[in-house]
Amino acid sequence: MADANRANRPLSPFMIGPYYRPQLTSMTSIFIRITGNALLIGAFLVVWWFLAAASGPEHFTFVNAVITSWFGDLVMFGSLWALWYHALGGLRHLIFDAGYGLELKQAELMGWGMILGSVLLTLLTVVVI
Amino acid sequence: MVQFTLPKNSKVRIGKTWPKPEGAKRLRTFRIYRWDPDTGENPRLDTYFVDLDDCGPMILDGLIWIKNNIDPSLTFRRSCREGICGSCAMNIGGINTLACIHGMDEVKGDIRIYPLPHMPVVKDLVPDLTHFYAQHASVRPWLETETPAPEREWRQSIEDRKKLDGLYECVMCASCSTACPSYWWNGDRYLGPAALLHAYRWIIDSRDEATGERLDDLEDPFKLYRCHTIMNCTKTCPKGLNPAKAIAEIKKLMLERQL
Repeated sequence: MADANRANRPLSPFMIGPYYRPQLTSMTSIFIRITGNALLIGAFLVVWWFLAAASGPEHFTFVNAVITSWFGDLVMFGSLWALWYHALGGLRHLIFDAGYGLELKQAELMGWGMILGSVLLTLLTVVVI
Repeated sequence: MVQFTLPKNSKVRIGKTWPKPEGAKRLRTFRIYRWDPDTGENPRLDTYFVDLDDCGPMILDGLIWIKNNIDPSLTFRRSCREGICGSCAMNIGGINTLACIHGMDEVKGDIRIYPLPHMPVVKDLVPDLTHFYAQHASVRPWLETETPAPEREWRQSIEDRKKLDGLYECVMCASCSTACPSYWWNGDRYLGPAALLHAYRWIIDSRDEATGERLDDLEDPFKLYRCHTIMNCTKTCPKGLNPAKAIAEIKKLMLERQL
């Protein structure tokens, strides 16, 4: 009987990468979630910076040095990209939820729009600042 | 629950390499997932060589050729061999599709074949679809009416009939649902693209009189709203249907009836 070993049935492989080929659809989607979570770090840093500014010059000098160091710059630059990407992702979800852009070609076009748009807008923001 | 690795008993090991057919000139390598419920050992990936001069062009032709010529124990579902029964859905070259209508020439390099992703395996390429079918049944995929049945058929305008195009063609192969990361992780409570496409097929049927109840049933944080419009379903559908759009239309109807 095929059912004899029912309790021990393995779970078929599913992971994106080795078993399920990464799709533009799934990758753009998962990156909305990743950027959203990663932005927490940037947000905490900014709050820390403000708190330090309020607490006195000595503490602020230290925190300011951390945040304006090359590593701080890197995190902030990454956060900037993440913010743009996440915002464009949110915009795409609004369009989806209104019932538009749901043909595969349109959805993938908007996916590329999110990728290229977030990079361009990040660079633009850096230039403006 | 979000899950990134396989349980211990499900990790795939390197399996056996079967001998090449004698005298074959054009060979194609197949790497196929095997699991035997009788031994209870971990699944393994076996390697087979298919003689292309003796075999049809489709993936299913290759599987049948292996079963007939190399290894009769290889187990998979198949029936119509023309994309209408939905039996031979599997993960081929990293995407879910029907083996019978997917050509070997559509896969680059070695042809890797696994059962549909994130499902309990009955044997080799045969997943257990019990839960998937139960979810389909839960959307009551039949006409529900209160008015007495007409003497002849239930009539429908040409425009209303057109609304069912792109929905009624679904063959329930489960490629879409098992391509959906949300279904992998919440498949116990999220209905998945296939069942929801069928739900929508009855929601917008002009002859159906249970639209309100159907929407009530889906008003749930998991059943419907675990769809995050990832669109892997639409991307992989071997019949070229668009479950993501059907789900988005249900979400719109949910909103519209609250206004």
